[in-house]
Amino acid sequence: MTPFLSVLNKKLFRDLLNIKGQVAAITLVMAAGIAIFIIMFGVLDSLKLTRDTYYDRYQFADVFASLKRAPEAVKDRISEIPGVSVAQSRVVFGVTLQMESMLEPATGRIISLPDSSPSLLNKLYLREGRMLFPNEENAILADESFVKAHDLSLGDNLTVIMNGYKRTLHIVGIVLSPEYVYSIAPGALMPDSKRFGVFWMSRRSLEAAVNMKGAFNDISIKTERNVPIEAILSQVDSILKPYGGLISFAREDQLSNFFVSNELKQLEGMGSLAPVIFLSVAAFLINVVMSRQIATQREQIGMLKAVGYSNKEVSLHYLKMVLVITVLGSIIGLSLGAWMGSGMTQMYTQFFHFPILKYSFSLEVMILAVFSCTLAAVIGTLFAINKAAKLPPAEAMHPESPAIFKVGLLERIGADQYLSFTSRIIMRQIERRPVRTVMSSVGIAFALSILVFSFFMEDSMEYLMDVQYGITQREDVSIGFVEPKAAKALEEIKTIPGVLMVEPLRNVPVYFKNKHFKKRGSIMGLVSNPLLRRVIDENLAAVTMPNEGIVLNKTLAGILQLKVGDTVEVEILEDKRQTLTISVAAITQEFIGLGAFMNIHQLNKVLDSTPKITGASLLVDQNHSALLYKKLKAIPAIVGLNITSVLRQIFEDIMAENLLKMVATNVIFASFISFGIIYNTARITISERGRELASLRVLGLTRAEVAYILFGELGLITLLSLPIGLFLGYSMSVGMTESMDSELFRIPVYIKNSTYGYAVLIVLLSAIVSFYLVWRQVDSIDLVSAQKGVE
Amino acid sequence: MTSLFKTEQLKKSYVTGDTEIHALRGVTTEIPSGELVVMLGPSGSGKSTFLNILGGLDQPASGKVLFKGKNLANLSDHELTYYRREHVGFVFQAYNLVPSLTALENVALVTEISPNPMDPLEALAIVGLKNRANHFPSQMSGGEQQRVAIARALAKRPEVLLCDEPTGALDSETGIVVLSALMKVNEAYATTTIIITHNAAIASLAHRVIHFSDGMIHHVQINETRKTPQEIAW
Ligand SMILES: Nc1ncnc2c1ncn2[C@@H]1O[C@H](COP(=O)(O)OP(=O)(O)OP(=O)(O)O)[C@@H](O)[C@H]1O
Ligand SMILES: [Mg+2]
Repeated sequence: MTPFLSVLNKKLFRDLLNIKGQVAAITLVMAAGIAIFIIMFGVLDSLKLTRDTYYDRYQFADVFASLKRAPEAVKDRISEIPGVSVAQSRVVFGVTLQMESMLEPATGRIISLPDSSPSLLNKLYLREGRMLFPNEENAILADESFVKAHDLSLGDNLTVIMNGYKRTLHIVGIVLSPEYVYSIAPGALMPDSKRFGVFWMSRRSLEAAVNMKGAFNDISIKTERNVPIEAILSQVDSILKPYGGLISFAREDQLSNFFVSNELKQLEGMGSLAPVIFLSVAAFLINVVMSRQIATQREQIGMLKAVGYSNKEVSLHYLKMVLVITVLGSIIGLSLGAWMGSGMTQMYTQFFHFPILKYSFSLEVMILAVFSCTLAAVIGTLFAINKAAKLPPAEAMHPESPAIFKVGLLERIGADQYLSFTSRIIMRQIERRPVRTVMSSVGIAFALSILVFSFFMEDSMEYLMDVQYGITQREDVSIGFVEPKAAKALEEIKTIPGVLMVEPLRNVPVYFKNKHFKKRGSIMGLVSNPLLRRVIDENLAAVTMPNEGIVLNKTLAGILQLKVGDTVEVEILEDKRQTLTISVAAITQEFIGLGAFMNIHQLNKVLDSTPKITGASLLVDQNHSALLYKKLKAIPAIVGLNITSVLRQIFEDIMAENLLKMVATNVIFASFISFGIIYNTARITISERGRELASLRVLGLTRAEVAYILFGELGLITLLSLPIGLFLGYSMSVGMTESMDSELFRIPVYIKNSTYGYAVLIVLLSAIVSFYLVWRQVDSIDLVSAQKGVE
Repeated sequence: MTSLFKTEQLKKSYVTGDTEIHALRGVTTEIPSGELVVMLGPSGSGKSTFLNILGGLDQPASGKVLFKGKNLANLSDHELTYYRREHVGFVFQAYNLVPSLTALENVALVTEISPNPMDPLEALAIVGLKNRANHFPSQMSGGEQQRVAIARALAKRPEVLLCDEPTGALDSETGIVVLSALMKVNEAYATTTIIITHNAAIASLAHRVIHFSDGMIHHVQINETRKTPQEIAW
């Protein structure tokens, strides 16, 4: 009935223009809420889709097993297991790498590729160069991350010690494998592409080099869809047992995939809680601001109704106003989200070394984001309109009836006489509208809380590393041997110049079982009261290795559903393959890994007779470290050498690349949202009280006095919000770390005072800037038009 | 002459806190069609309350208020809206113009939803503000704003024009201009016009003067002869 540019629509645009600062701030908050929602879910969905597509296209196997040695014919028996669609046998061999550029030794793994036919499982993605020719000798394909870490290129030679012999191998291709998205050395927790490399070689050549002719020591299996994996695992184990088979395992226990899943899980914990909180905060703000904005239009609503506009027409008018803002916010939020989301997905595919990239920005996520913000806005608006429309127009047209001032708290305690007249106005205002005051404070508290929540992750990671590398792993260097050695090897190491202290380690791969709860892992044997590699309890105090029983960390105990005093069945995955029953002596707190510990003497006793060690923790004289590393590198028996400071660096780098990117995104958006909330709160207070304040000026109050009344109120609201916000922020952080817990590591909630300080500072700065912007606007309104009620 | 409004025992009270204020204590009167009626009475005597009920802005607590025989007290909110839209023009004490709309647009706000409106510019011409059509309320004086409000009220060609202290905030000259405009409309279109005022002199312009006191009609006075706005002592 009414033309598009009806007078009412003109009013709408002019009104919007009039409050453009506020429109911009609301739009910003909403856009930020929507964008971060789109970004995080987009990145997570895209990464999962990319991983799944990659695994699928490159035939990542479902089941893996390694063994000592079996004739090739055994493979056919495995292929015949019901439910197995493809089995591929391989030779996998550990080597030592001689890298000129490194002081410490590096290790590697060479994996065979079939000569006669293309590989069926765990196919390689060729990044550069070419694949191998059949039976090609001395040629290898190298994993891209190792090549990058060492700045190698096609055609470079690599010197390896393989089966005791030195050989020079030629890199002909650079590849990526779904099996080694991350190359994690056996027993290591974190990928380290500098110290561990993966290579592929012709099966025939590798067989010849390591005496495995006609035999294999590793097998990958692809199962048919929807067959129970457990049944296949146990059949594979029984076939391979006579050939020194270790327990076979499914994808989820495969090291690289395990790591990828954990990283994704963390991203998910961080990436799904944060946007939900942000979006809720944005929605809350939009709701409050809209309802208050509409409330300031109460007299106009009364007039429109008085001259014959129906409730429906009036509601529609204000809804349009809200929709303009939400549409604007949605468009900006969606485009920003899609743009930043695809950029971030790209960064993450690089971090995860996925050779392909699949975007997945689901329509549902977008609709959900836009819908929840719009709904919040519409509800806030309708609520306010309803309140105004319920009044008979005669009443609505009058300025809200003078508030009923009761004798407030101040008067009752007699404090009023100590306050100036202006201070009393502030206090009465706050007392008169407790709900509004609380809502405003809660809004700003939300702003503060999302800042704390975005910042805390860095503190917590730092704390985690301080504990892990300062209290738990106090050794400078840890070394590992190719094979378990007699305990007297310790004496030899002690004599190397620069070694100040040595402690033995014995690491035994095992399979833990408690009823139907199972987990692959290892037991670490330590001396009773280790000084270097230690186990700590919740109070960060060192735990003594008991003479009897096993010490588990909380996560492992949780997976196995064990408590102190229970017994756990332990299947040893080497040598005699005993199955032991050990009681749980203690449960400890560890942030990283699935630790299980025993007294090394006890471990030696339950396993066999002679004391053995698989490695050692060393305290070294930093002045002699270079020479020491050289000496250690020359000892062929040593395959692994971890320098604690390097480990910490790797950890920090991974964190920086993975989580902290999201943290940074969160911080940016949190800052925007905080500013938006605070500015809006200030702005709304003005539109509600502008006329009253102008009257005070007319009555003769100075600028400073009016400013004091205005900012006194806002200041009190802000101050009130600080403790609430800090508490909310802490609670959100706890929630987030809980949702981020993974088997790989648990993030403690640790927030530095300086972080609280920063968050408060940002809020206060936003408040000051907002107050300034608002004041400029108030100050520019001349008293005359203020009296006429023009805003 | 047929009566446009007829009220019987109209009552209305407001409860604020724990005190009940009886704004109207049983008002029974009749307002004939086409008359110019002035309502006088002390502050708080219930004039605005009565006017608002006639205009369908408020509902009585009890009693009847008949508009052309139809009881407004029985109408739903929706029906009241249409009653206001189609039959009533309001001039409010506080003008209540939309600050973000020009004079012309403020008038158009009403003509757009009326079944038989005049051209908004014509309405502005009647109150002598054709040349200020594109000015915003903040650019106009109080009297000019009030005249825009009158133009807004009469532009829909209402059957009844209800004005709550239209000259309350104006000086005498401007008051005369505004009153002349109202009288002109009353005569030209035979629009029943009810004006609340505190200025007893204005009463001499009316066909009928209703005196309020304490929520009741004290007496009704019929003027045999009427003055023109220019004649009255302000
Ligand atoms: N919304 C309301 N809430 C409470 N009391 C009200 C309300 N509106 C009017 N009143 C009371 O009802 C009585 C009549 O008010 P009304 O506005 O009709 O008086 P009036 O005759 O128009 O006065 P004035 O000449 O001052 O405008 C007054 O005592 C007033 O305080
Ligand atoms: Mg009145």
